[in-house]
Amino acid sequence: MKKPSSPRRRRADKLWQLRLYVAGQTPKSLTAFSNLKKICETHLRGRYRIDVIDLVKRPQLSGGDQILAIPTLVRKLPEPVRKIIGDLSDTERVLVGLDLRAAG
Amino acid sequence: MLKKGRRTAAGRHGTGARPQAIRLAKCPTGIHGFDEITGGGLPRGRPTLLCGGAGCGKTLFAMEFIVRGAMLFGEPGVFMSFEETTDELKANVASLGLDLAELESERKVLLEFVHIERSEIHETGEYDLEGLFVRLNLAIDSIGAKRVVLDTLEALFAGLPNEAILRAELRRLFRWLKTKGVTAVITAERGREQLTRHGLEEYVSDCVVLLDHRVNDQIATRHLRVIKYRGALHGTNEFPFLIGDMGISVLPITSLGLTHKVSDERVSTGIPKLDAMLSGRGFFRGSSILLTGTPGTGKTITAACFAQAAARRGERVLFFSFEESPDQIIRNMRSIGLRLDPLVRRGLLRFHAARPTVYGLEMHLATMFREIAMYRPQVVIMDPITSLMAAGTDSETKGMVTRLIDYLKEGQVTSLFTSLTHGGHALQQSEIAMSSLMDSWLLLQDFEGNGERNRVLYVIKARGMAHSNQVREFLISDRGIDLVDAYIGPSGVLTGSARLAQTARENAEALEARQESARRRHELERRRAALERQIGGLRTEHEESAQELRRIDRQAGTQVRLLSAERTELGRLRHADVANPRQRPVRPGPNGTAGSSP
Repeated sequence: MKKPSSPRRRRADKLWQLRLYVAGQTPKSLTAFSNLKKICETHLRGRYRIDVIDLVKRPQLSGGDQILAIPTLVRKLPEPVRKIIGDLSDTERVLVGLDLRAAG
Repeated sequence: MLKKGRRTAAGRHGTGARPQAIRLAKCPTGIHGFDEITGGGLPRGRPTLLCGGAGCGKTLFAMEFIVRGAMLFGEPGVFMSFEETTDELKANVASLGLDLAELESERKVLLEFVHIERSEIHETGEYDLEGLFVRLNLAIDSIGAKRVVLDTLEALFAGLPNEAILRAELRRLFRWLKTKGVTAVITAERGREQLTRHGLEEYVSDCVVLLDHRVNDQIATRHLRVIKYRGALHGTNEFPFLIGDMGISVLPITSLGLTHKVSDERVSTGIPKLDAMLSGRGFFRGSSILLTGTPGTGKTITAACFAQAAARRGERVLFFSFEESPDQIIRNMRSIGLRLDPLVRRGLLRFHAARPTVYGLEMHLATMFREIAMYRPQVVIMDPITSLMAAGTDSETKGMVTRLIDYLKEGQVTSLFTSLTHGGHALQQSEIAMSSLMDSWLLLQDFEGNGERNRVLYVIKARGMAHSNQVREFLISDRGIDLVDAYIGPSGVLTGSARLAQTARENAEALEARQESARRRHELERRRAALERQIGGLRTEHEESAQELRRIDRQAGTQVRLLSAERTELGRLRHADVANPRQRPVRPGPNGTAGSSP
């Protein structure tokens, strides 16, 4: 009983910290944000926080998370850190990337 | 104050490049030799693609471009690495004596490590590389960079799955770099059928440089070739290059500039008679001298004499030996009266011995460059240069030697190269290719005859000075080297005992001639004495005759007087008969003589 559910329980305990890196109000950024919002509301309601970082305004933050692609979603917590690039339109892949659903 | 000074220095470099503005503006890399073959460096404000296989020195080339730019030309640079972390980069170039940490703290260089981990990245739709642009832009603006290196962009292909997006973004990146006005170097892996694995050459069309590392006859040599340089003349050849302690050094085989200063000062060869052959004063300082000879003709000895003479003048001498160990040379030279060990102890003579086959030609040259740079000698000796041919092909060796000579001449270092020939003409021919690089060429040869082998020396050429055209015999004794005139007779050159025999013969002839002349002189003396005596006799005779003549004259005078007296007497008697009758002369005496009778 405990064994299979333990990761889910741990995730459930902690707050999900997500960072979305964008560069200006581009269509891709806006799409990404709305996609992310949707996924979080569906799967992590009430236990997530999204920081949107606009690199045009704060370029010095680009080094910290090794951001190349825009938009990039970084899952800071829970660890390990994961990166998802793209406008998050492929929901299945986002769920796999965030480890909310087992691959396959 | 200091800052101001620096800025003007940078400004001077900037204006220095301006006269070329009509043509393409160049951005000097500061890499030894590269700026020469490209006529000034990389195209300013444009990206350059640097491709090559693994271990070719791409990263090093790029890093030197940044570091030299910051240190020599006052142009800050950003090095964006996709493969190595900043700490790794610092450690790698520290071995070349480059202190990146210091340059970083002075904000002249910015190292930026971009980490891409494929396994961490999940692709979920459309994206672009704006993040990279932002990062690069920030880096460039933060230090006012003029130079950018991206090493190597191909890591992006491994890290990001969507090649179509990547290609579009790279195209945008290069365009952006141009508008940014930075001189960029982009490195890329060599591909199998195209220049780069991912065809980056499609995007970078201004300048493409190919680095290559290949093995020929078990000897690895690095080569550099400028494949493309839009809007500029460039050397299209492959140039060997070295990675040494001082970084990259490109060695143009055909040196573009022959502009080194020359000296009128002369340096002794250490052999007085040889100096005499070279218009009495020896070689020019800073000239290159080739000494060829078959085995055992005394090349090393001649070189050692030169070394000793230079060291005794207080100059520093660097002796590269490829055949003998230093101790062996010192011992052998002692046997002919050359004491090298005190000079070694005083630090005036330094040996560097290495087997030619121990590493490739480029490494040899790198070592030599380093030794020369460290020791700063006034005289460099290489014994023998032909050994290096074992480490590379003829043409490669020639190229390297050219480069080496150029390098030495720049520093006004007098260089002496010995070269081993194996008799016969074929190999001597190959020497000629190298001899054209040399200012002076001495040939040592041995002559066999009369059951002995003797050495002779010629001065084949000596640029810029009157020199003897004579063949000299070369004697090695326990007091060093001596040159004596060889005899050239109808039967050829006489050396050794034949020469001695000839000398003896000549001496005998001379003696004979001396004796002959003495004899003739003696004979003449004798004849002269005889004549002298004859003259004496004649003179006496003459004297006697004169006396006789005078006597006769006197006699004649007396007679005349007597006659006149008699006549007077007669007259007197005739006129005065009364006088003494006894004095009548008319009465002749019984003797018929006039006289008084008793």
